[in-house]
Amino acid sequence: MPSQERFAKGPIALFECMQQIPCNPCADACPRGAITVKEINDCPSLNEELCNGCGVCMTHCPGLSIFVVDYTYGKDAALVKIPYEFSPLPEAKSVVDALNRQGQCIGTAQVIRVQTSPNKTNIIWLSVPRELAMEVRSIHVMKGETS
Amino acid sequence: MITTEILIIGAGPAGLMAAIHAAEAGAKVLLVERADRLGGQLIKQTHKFFGSKAEFAGERGMDIAEKLINLSSDISGITIWKNAVVLGIYPDGVVTISHEGAFCTVSPKKIIIATGASEKTMAFPNNDLPGIYGAGAVQTLMNVHGVIPAKRILMIGAGNIGVIVAYQLLQAGVEVAGIVEAAPQVGGYRVHAAKLQRHGVPIYTSHSIQSAHGDSCLEGVTICRLDEQWQPIEGSEQYIAVDGLCLAVGLSPLTELLWQANCEMKFAAELGGYVPLRDANMKTTHENIYVAGDVSGVEEASAAMVEGKLAGLYVASVLGHKKDSFTKEFQTAKSQLSALRSGPASVKICTGLSKVVLEEVG
Ligand SMILES: Cc1cc2nc3c(=O)[nH]c(=O)nc-3n(C[C@H](O)[C@H](O)[C@H](O)COP(=O)(O)OP(=O)(O)OC[C@H]3O[C@@H](n4cnc5c(N)ncnc54)[C@H](O)[C@@H]3O)c2cc1C
Ligand code: SF4
Ligand code: SF4
Repeated sequence: MPSQERFAKGPIALFECMQQIPCNPCADACPRGAITVKEINDCPSLNEELCNGCGVCMTHCPGLSIFVVDYTYGKDAALVKIPYEFSPLPEAKSVVDALNRQGQCIGTAQVIRVQTSPNKTNIIWLSVPRELAMEVRSIHVMKGETS
Repeated sequence: MITTEILIIGAGPAGLMAAIHAAEAGAKVLLVERADRLGGQLIKQTHKFFGSKAEFAGERGMDIAEKLINLSSDISGITIWKNAVVLGIYPDGVVTISHEGAFCTVSPKKIIIATGASEKTMAFPNNDLPGIYGAGAVQTLMNVHGVIPAKRILMIGAGNIGVIVAYQLLQAGVEVAGIVEAAPQVGGYRVHAAKLQRHGVPIYTSHSIQSAHGDSCLEGVTICRLDEQWQPIEGSEQYIAVDGLCLAVGLSPLTELLWQANCEMKFAAELGGYVPLRDANMKTTHENIYVAGDVSGVEEASAAMVEGKLAGLYVASVLGHKKDSFTKEFQTAKSQLSALRSGPASVKICTGLSKVVLEEVG
């Protein structure tokens, strides 16, 4: 987990990939060479200084286990980028239910941007209350807010 | 009678890779597939695969299939037959095939069997009600034909197949009522299970199905909790209303042809059941029969592809088609395979393999 100081510098990728499995596409995907998976069964390790939170690795990860968090986004709000492979996609500016790792609704999030990807792992940029940045990992798109 | 140097049975990732590498080395290959399309299990896999770049990791299974199919159709040494079911392998080496409904015989110098695996099922009352499917059928309906299997479904089995197919069901708009797993923990990769959990799908570990209910089709299922000896705990029954039930309780190697050809077989529970004894070059105890992929032990497409490559390269070399780069390519493939199998997720596979892989002979 990155330090307070690192979070204060801007967006960074978080890896919720804690089990040793034979997998490494994230390391090949990062344009800045920030991710290392030494042996294919090792968990990824991040060079926090090289990572700029671009989110490229997120679209390549088969486990959908990489998120980007930016605490510098706003005074009360943080930015959370999540991978999303459902249709319909939410619409930018809409408000959606914010879900935690157990799928419980813990508040709302505003969709800032919908980044579509040719491989269909799309990235949703969410503005969430700062204190929820480490909790929000999915969304529930309510009717009438779809694109 | 048709003759060929190498007959490859099954055009999943293992068979396709075997064909590509044998033909690239200069061998004449006949690749036969019983289905009307190539790709085996891969064509149903809409999720991105694990593994490393060499095995196309990070790409979706169906896209990997397309790549392999394109590669194989670009090589002139490969003849492909679809709708071609291999029926038997005779002692004189003749193979009988039903091709587009017509009976024919083929006489190959060597055979690579890459028939994959078939699904296991489970015994419980009313398990024949319409609405109860194997995970393979659910995937075929949903991902090949675009038909949703039910409105609300319960998944049995939290191995990788169970958690992946449950996620695909969610993507198709089906409500997933939960995943029932007899073991005290999820067997599939945690990252796959986490995808479901963050969409609120409950995972009932130490639970099993007791019976299915319904008159003419499935209406609900009773599940119960299991104790430490995996016995049902009385009074723990719970009714879940669903119109679909999906069984993802494991695969077993599709080995009929190997039995018929008298290859020596051994039971290895870790590999899904009976598998052929073979050496490190994928050769069985039969001089002319080789194996690759799930038929030699249920594993992953990544391993199946590398095994296919090994078998293809090796069999071609035995027939005198040895590329200059043979030793290097062969060794690289072998180290790729051992790297894939080196982690804690592969301990079971390695235990199984230690029972059936004969000492390296060549
Ligand atoms: C839901 C699910 C998710 C998976 N996810 C992953 C993953 O993320 N990563 C990964 O690496 N692997 C994954 N796998 C595993 C992977 O799909 C298999 O390990 C792989 O397809 C095995 O390849 P194969 O070529 O041995 O067999 P198959 O793909 O099963 O191909 C065998 C072929 O042989 C044909 N055949 C059988 N008998 C005959 C006969 N008598 N005559 C002619 N043809 C015959 C069959 O029709 C079939 O096309 C997944 C599997 C499933 C079911
Ligand atoms: S967010 Fe961008 S820079 Fe950071 S690890 Fe991922 S790909 Fe690399
Ligand atoms: S690609 Fe994703 S699942 Fe694979 S090692 Fe990297 S973070 Fe883990």
